[in-house]
Formats: sequence, C-alpha cells, structure tokens
Amino acid sequence: MREPASAPRRLTAAAAILEATAQCMQADARVYMMGEGVADPKGIFGTTLGLVERFGPERVIEMPVAENGLTGIAIGSALMGQRPIMVHQRVDFALLAVEQLLNNAAKTHFVTNGVHKVPLTVRMIIGRGWGQGPEHSQVFDSVFAHAPGLKVVMPSTPYEAKGMMVAAVRDDNPVIVLEHRWMHYAEGDVPEALYETPLTGPARVRSGDEVTVVASSFALLEAIEAADHMAAAGVGCDLFDLRVVRPLDLTSIIASVRRTGRLVIIDTGWKLFGVGAEIAAQVTEACFDQLKCAPVRLGLPDQPTPSSRGLARSFYPNGQILAETVAKMIPDAAHRLAEPIKALEALRLRVPVDVPNPAFRGPF
Amino acid sequence: MADDDRTPPTAEAARAATEGTGHDALLRNDLPLALYVDMLRNRRIEEEIARRYGDQEMRCPVHLSVGQEAVSAGVCLALERQDQIVSTHRAHAHYLSKGGDLKAMLAEFHGKASGCCGGRGGSMHIFDVPAGVLLSLPIVGSGIPVATGAALAMKQRGEPQVAVAFLGDAAVEEGVFHEAANFAAVHRLPVIFVCENNLYSVYTPLKVRQPDLPLERLGRCHGIASVTADGNDAEAVFSLTRAAVDRARAGEGPSFLVFDTYRWLEHCGPNYDNDIGYRTQAEFETWRERDPVGLMAAKLQRQGLLDAGRQSELLASIDAEINEAFRFALASPLPEPGEVALYA
Repeated sequence: MREPASAPRRLTAAAAILEATAQCMQADARVYMMGEGVADPKGIFGTTLGLVERFGPERVIEMPVAENGLTGIAIGSALMGQRPIMVHQRVDFALLAVEQLLNNAAKTHFVTNGVHKVPLTVRMIIGRGWGQGPEHSQVFDSVFAHAPGLKVVMPSTPYEAKGMMVAAVRDDNPVIVLEHRWMHYAEGDVPEALYETPLTGPARVRSGDEVTVVASSFALLEAIEAADHMAAAGVGCDLFDLRVVRPLDLTSIIASVRRTGRLVIIDTGWKLFGVGAEIAAQVTEACFDQLKCAPVRLGLPDQPTPSSRGLARSFYPNGQILAETVAKMIPDAAHRLAEPIKALEALRLRVPVDVPNPAFRGPF
Repeated sequence: MADDDRTPPTAEAARAATEGTGHDALLRNDLPLALYVDMLRNRRIEEEIARRYGDQEMRCPVHLSVGQEAVSAGVCLALERQDQIVSTHRAHAHYLSKGGDLKAMLAEFHGKASGCCGGRGGSMHIFDVPAGVLLSLPIVGSGIPVATGAALAMKQRGEPQVAVAFLGDAAVEEGVFHEAANFAAVHRLPVIFVCENNLYSVYTPLKVRQPDLPLERLGRCHGIASVTADGNDAEAVFSLTRAAVDRARAGEGPSFLVFDTYRWLEHCGPNYDNDIGYRTQAEFETWRERDPVGLMAAKLQRQGLLDAGRQSELLASIDAEINEAFRFALASPLPEPGEVALYA
C-alpha cells in the first residue's frame, strides 16, 4: 500500500469519494463521469457535488435514464482510451445494465486476447432503511462477482472509499464499486493526497485468536463495534474487512482460520448463494481438519427486503447477533459474552433499525 | 473517390491511406470497380467458408453475408482507416470491407492461436484494431452503444473520426438502440447507425415483429437524419454513407441509414434453407435476381470497365489470396490450454 504523504483529516466516506473523483479528474483528462443525477443539486448523496461546475458538462455528463445503453457507451469510450466513471444511485438500477456489464465490460479484454482494455469504473450504491423496500435495497455482490472479468469491491471506511475509488479509476479493466449508502455517513481519517489502496485481498482490522470474522461494507462497521466489545470481555476476534469480492483472495483468512479454528462470515446481501457461501466452501476445502466447529454464515433472510420498520426489525445482521453467534461457537464463551451482548443490544436500540444515524431525516 | 482533393483529416490518415488493404488507392482510381472487387472478394470468401464448413475444421457458428455484400462495401469504402466500426454476429463482410486481416479471421474460425482473438471469440467476436474494426458482438443490439461510445470518445478528444454501428432489422426492437440513438442525438455524436434490413430475425419475418411502417422513422423520432436506400446497390450505399460521414465530421451529429437487402443463406451455417418453410423459394428468387455483385458486374460491363479477361484476373487473384489464407489457418497451431487463464 502506498503511504500517503499528507496528514489525515476527518472526512465522511461521501466526502472522501468526492475528493477521490475530483483528484482523478484533475490528474487525468481521460477520466469523465456519467450518471443519473451526477450534475443535479443533490449530487449523488453529495459524492459528485461541484464536479460539473469544476470540470464542465462534457466531463460530468448528466445521463438520460438509459442504464444499459449508457453502460455500452461508457464501454465504447473506454475501448478508445477514455476512463469513464458511471454512477448508479441504487444497485437495483444497474440491473438494467447487466447485459453490457456481464457481456461486454467483463469479456472484451479476454475475448480480444488482451488487446482491448476496458478501464471502466461503475459505482453502485446499496440502499438500506427508511422504508426503501425490496427494489432500493439489494446488494448483488455475488451476482456481479460470479462473472469472470469484473472486479467487485466493497469499501467500508472513508480511507478505503477514497483509495479504492482511485485504484478503480486507474485500473485498466472494469471495476464495480459497491458503496453502502450508510457507509457514506461514516467518518474517518482520510489523507488529502491522491493515494490508492490496492484492489486485492482482505485486510485484517482487529487481531484475535478465538474466532475469524469476515465482514464487508457496512457490516464491517458493526462487526468492529462487536469485536471491540468482545475483546474487552476477553474473546478475541480476528476480524477481516473483505474489501474485494472479486478477485477473491482468501489466503490470509485461511491462515487465520487454521489458527482460530472458527469462522463467521457476515454477508451484506442474502445469505443463500451469497459471498459467505463461497468463502465458507473455500475455507472448508482448505482447512477442514483444523475447524473446531462448522463455519457460520450471517446474512439477509431468504426474502425480499420489506419497507416497514416493523417487518425489517430482525431483517439485518448486527453486532449483537454476531456476538451471540460467537458465544455459541466457543465453549463457555456464553458467560464471558453476556455483558458485551447486552451492551451491543443497548447500542442497537439507540438508533431505529431503519435509519443510518441519529442525524438522518430522510427522504432517501 | 469523389473528393480526391479533400485534405485528409490527419497525417495519420494520410499515411494509412497509402498502406493497408489497397482499398483507398482503388477508390481514388475507380469507385465502382473498387466496390465490385470488395463485394466479389467477400462473396468468394463466404462461399469458400460454406464449401469447407463440412470439413469440421471451422468449429464455430458462422453467419454468412452472401447477398448482403453491397452494404459492407458501400459503407466501409466510404470510411477512412482510422474510423471505427462495431459489427454484429454477422460480421465477416463488415470486417473484411473495413480492411480486417483475412488470415487472422479465418484462423479465428479454425480456433487457432493466430486468429484475431487468439481462438477466444470465434466468428462472432472478430476485430482488427489497425483496420478500425473496433469490435464485433453477438448479442443483438449490444454493439450499438459501444459504437456510440467510441463516437463520444472521438468527440471528447476532438478527433475527426467517425464511428459506425452495424445493426440488423431486429436490433431496432431492442431498447438499447433507442438509448444509444437518443444519447447520440442529444450530444450530436459522430456516429452512423447502419441498419441492414434483411427482413428476417433468424426465421421470424419483420412483418410479425413490427408494424408496417418505414424503419427509418425510428431514427427520425430521435431527431436523427434518416434515409432508406436499396441495400443491394453499392453505389447508393456508398453515397449515402459518404454524406453521413461528412455530416458527422462537420459536427452535425448522427445519421440513421436503412439499407434493404436479403440474406441468401440460412441464419447460421453454410446452407440454403428456403425449403424449411419460413420463406418461399419465389421470394428468394426475386432477391437473387437483384444480386448486388451481379448488378455491379453488369453495370461495369455496360460501362466497358469489366470484361471476361479482367473478371478472370480478379477471380484468380482473389481465389489465390483465399487459398493462401486457408492454408495459413489450417497450418497454424491451436492455442495451448494454459493460455485460457490469460486476460481472464
């Protein structure tokens, strides 16, 4: 990882993404952006605000509502050497572009024997809460990760959000950046300089010896909270930020499970056929005889996301559920984790299940 | 070419015009003969692919362009080498008319490492970067926005290039055609949408897929200059394309050109299939009487530009090139299995 030169500042992930985009556009005239709302007054939850004023409508293109066509257009321009960034305010909208993404974006480098490159970045925002219902809240990380030829990344902190955005734009082939809407509010240290974090492999964010936990995107923020509470009670989680769904590099996670003998994966999307299933399978194949208990997957239940906070009350995994899961996996951990579970429950009850933080007032 | 003294848009284009396929040189001297040679060459190549298909050495689907040669000739000869085309599943004639490498194309059909895709694509993904064959894509309509995006890049970079999207009559039924056409119109992109109307989508006739209205209205409704012409008349195709190219280079935006033509052979494969019931032998015969290659030969003969001796010379030279290209394809090695992991 390149060490940034400048001192960190506190930024939200939304501000970090905006800064990354502006710096990439400033540094490289081939970089341009398209999306529904990139030049509007809300600026994609603030992540594109001011770009059209600074770089002009030729490079910040307010796009017709035509996701598949414009994805093809982005691909065609990329074949000619441009470096488009496309933004979908919801990953659900990008479903209209699946033909271009899974066929042309994913295959062109391969089918042209490496002659063509498709330096395309596609941001897709994962919605959650405030009653957005089943078609504004999906994830589809495992769907996009299923196709050879796409990189799929899920930043979880402001630092990663900026560094991965820069790396995605500089990558010579297509990268899908799945950004959790609730992660936009997360604050963290972000260097001002232009830096990239590599689009390879998970990162260990907490060290521990008793259980390996893998989380991505917003779930990581909840897992960190839970891991810190558990660590205070003497239960050590080896916690990994998955970061990159494809290419999936589980080397460090397998090494961790060989040591802990236990694995929990938190999927951002549905548990069934989710990324967690692939991770559990690969880890089990690699170190079956070192597992002390079966791997556990947490994720969304096998139903569409409901709108009502009543129906969504127990829909999402959270830190409390993670701690309860760990308590069942480790002999006699239940009593050690009783207090952390209570504390995590209290934290969870502080903010309603359908709002990202106390300051949030809607509408989307 | 009609505008001999036109300054080439770039020095690179001027160099390119003296290299490559010889099309440009031919064009300068004699447009009708150049169109004829291009069509005759494509006809002979497709016929030879059909003749050899049963050998089971070309083990991929082939969508032959026999009967539709005037469109590829007229369109591609109106372009400069640095202009880009994006083709479809029926790509052979487009690729060849634009100057794509014949040996690399046939080697690709044979699954060989020397194929233009290294054996990764087969007949539906042929491309040739130096010739300006940006890509061919087998999903109906899928290449239309890709060509439009190439045109966006040309405009963003201020380069005087033009992009062409080849499409069939069924592709206008795809939403992505309208998405690309709308964007091209809004941004006045230097793209030409060339609709080759051969009346059938596989076996399904146009009349059961679309209302009985002119296809060109579908360009016009997006505010795009749209015309229809006889797609078996290579000179008509050339002159309409040249006008569209001039408009695009002048910054006047996209065009939609509809060329009516007819696919002689089955949708996919080497055979005639007028006997299986989706069209009549009589319909086929009316189109075969309007054979684009034969029409141009007759015209050249009337004008004294083609005689039996010249025809034999042309055929001998074309057939020698084709045989040499097949020899190359057959002699080339298959790619090694380990290579499949590259560029994945």
